[in-house]
Amino acid sequence: MSTFALALRDSNTMLRRNLLHMRRYPSMTLNLLLTPVLLLLLFVYIFGDTMSAGAGGAGRSDYIAYLVPGILLMTIGSTTIGTAVSASMDMTEGIIARFRTMAIHRGSVLVGHVAGSVVQCMLSVALVGAVGVAIGFRAADATALEWLAAFGLLTLFSLALTWIAVGMGLVSPNAEAASNNAMPLIFLPLISSAFVQVDSMPGWFQPIAEYQPFTPAIETLRGLLLGTEIGHNGWLAAAWAIGLTALGYRWSKTVFARDPA
Amino acid sequence: MPSSVMPTSVTPSGQVPSAAISAAGLRKSYGDKLVLDGIDLHIPSGSVFALLGPNGAGKTTVVKILSTLIRADDGQARVAGHDVATSAQAVRAAIGVTGQFSAVDGLITGEENMLLMTELHHLSKREGRQVAAELLERFDLRTAAKKPAATYSGGMRRRLDIAMTLVGSPRIIFLDEPTTGLDPRSRHAMWGMIRELVAGGATVFLTTQYLDEADELADRIAVLSNGKIVAEGTSDELKRRIPGGHVRLRFTDPAAYRSAAATLRDITADEEALALRIPSDGSQRELRSILDWLDAADIEADEFTVHTPDLDDVFFALTSANVPAQTEETAR
Repeated sequence: MSTFALALRDSNTMLRRNLLHMRRYPSMTLNLLLTPVLLLLLFVYIFGDTMSAGAGGAGRSDYIAYLVPGILLMTIGSTTIGTAVSASMDMTEGIIARFRTMAIHRGSVLVGHVAGSVVQCMLSVALVGAVGVAIGFRAADATALEWLAAFGLLTLFSLALTWIAVGMGLVSPNAEAASNNAMPLIFLPLISSAFVQVDSMPGWFQPIAEYQPFTPAIETLRGLLLGTEIGHNGWLAAAWAIGLTALGYRWSKTVFARDPA
Repeated sequence: MPSSVMPTSVTPSGQVPSAAISAAGLRKSYGDKLVLDGIDLHIPSGSVFALLGPNGAGKTTVVKILSTLIRADDGQARVAGHDVATSAQAVRAAIGVTGQFSAVDGLITGEENMLLMTELHHLSKREGRQVAAELLERFDLRTAAKKPAATYSGGMRRRLDIAMTLVGSPRIIFLDEPTTGLDPRSRHAMWGMIRELVAGGATVFLTTQYLDEADELADRIAVLSNGKIVAEGTSDELKRRIPGGHVRLRFTDPAAYRSAAATLRDITADEEALALRIPSDGSQRELRSILDWLDAADIEADEFTVHTPDLDDVFFALTSANVPAQTEETAR
């Protein structure tokens, strides 16, 4: 078997292992959805009036439209915290040592985690998106191509954050440490344009909010689904996604190649 | 069967195949701590080799290096004819490893663990299912096959672990403390399994801290202490090296014990047990002279037992100089 065919076959096996874990323990996935869903409901129904004023919108439905794209990207961030935790837990399991002493494609363990987590992210996005639709989110004007692009953006972003999360999981000695190390993945959306516009933030903070990975992705998604101005955010989002994927991939691979303790 | 009497097959090029496992000058340290200080090994195909040592002697580190899990700092090792450092994938294709800590996926069932292994060995679906079913049956796991491995008892996990190792019929099998933590029955069952593996032609590299286990299973035994192999040979060879035979006298009356201890020379006293050890090779003539000697000294022990040297004596003699307290505690 060629190296590539071997890599593909073993990665597929590992992906199915990770999907099996998810299917057996759906509560792990669902728990991670709690944060984005609760924040969505909190910001719409509890802080809604103030927030919609701050976001420059007129009413609740406008603020829902503003909020949902940000919540969808936050869902990815939240799900990948689970990736970091499960990658770190997996590394402490004896089975990883077994994999390392088998004549399999070495990267397949990581690829399995990443591919499984991307699937998990997209499922989570669909579930949270359904909650958004249930409370009144509509993207009626988006064309099929725009939907496709939105789907592509969410997938690419899932891939990027997942590779970073796997790296975080690999360098963490245990699940608690992994969860702490992965905090930025849920914290960054809070200081992005997900909840309020960047313009409303203090001047010194605006560049941070504007150029961190989440804001360009959120703005691009808004543009695709709601027809708002995308501008340079499309390129920024793509650059972040590709850059983080490359970084996370190199990082994870390097850490995994080290001798285990 | 000792490996030396087995006919050695010859490769087409006319060369006698190299040892299943060989190593020269393996060194490994973690930070300042030197764990392996020059290990040499030569293990013929089809034999059982036991690496015996107390906790912390470096047994697991040897297994990790030979099974390509970690790299040695220095020295060479060849497994199944391939260098572990430069041809790790070729080594991996020939070996099966059961580590000290159970290498099963606890989140999925026993059967799914087995199927995972058959897939990673690139067996066809049909063949995979067949191999998995056979091994589950052989290791008495058929009824538990559909339950998550995390719910298994220690013995069941060990069995699943070994069953997973055997997928792909590895020629060389590493078992790192395969019976640690098992109850006596599971332990004997494990010994039976190991004998079966060897009967099937596999080479087994075993680590253990139990002397009886090495005695029971291994063709050759190496004693590892503080990162060095301090003795190597068959069980009998090792026993012969140590003059551990003795007669043990036990008293119930402390006064009788004290007077005997004061009278007899060349003895080892164990005050707590009220016991005395007199060196002896266990021959009839020597025993008679000891008995005569005791009668003459008017010493009457409540218990008189003859001990021939066992691996315990060898082990303590070889390893206790360095870490007596720990050895005493862990080797029992």
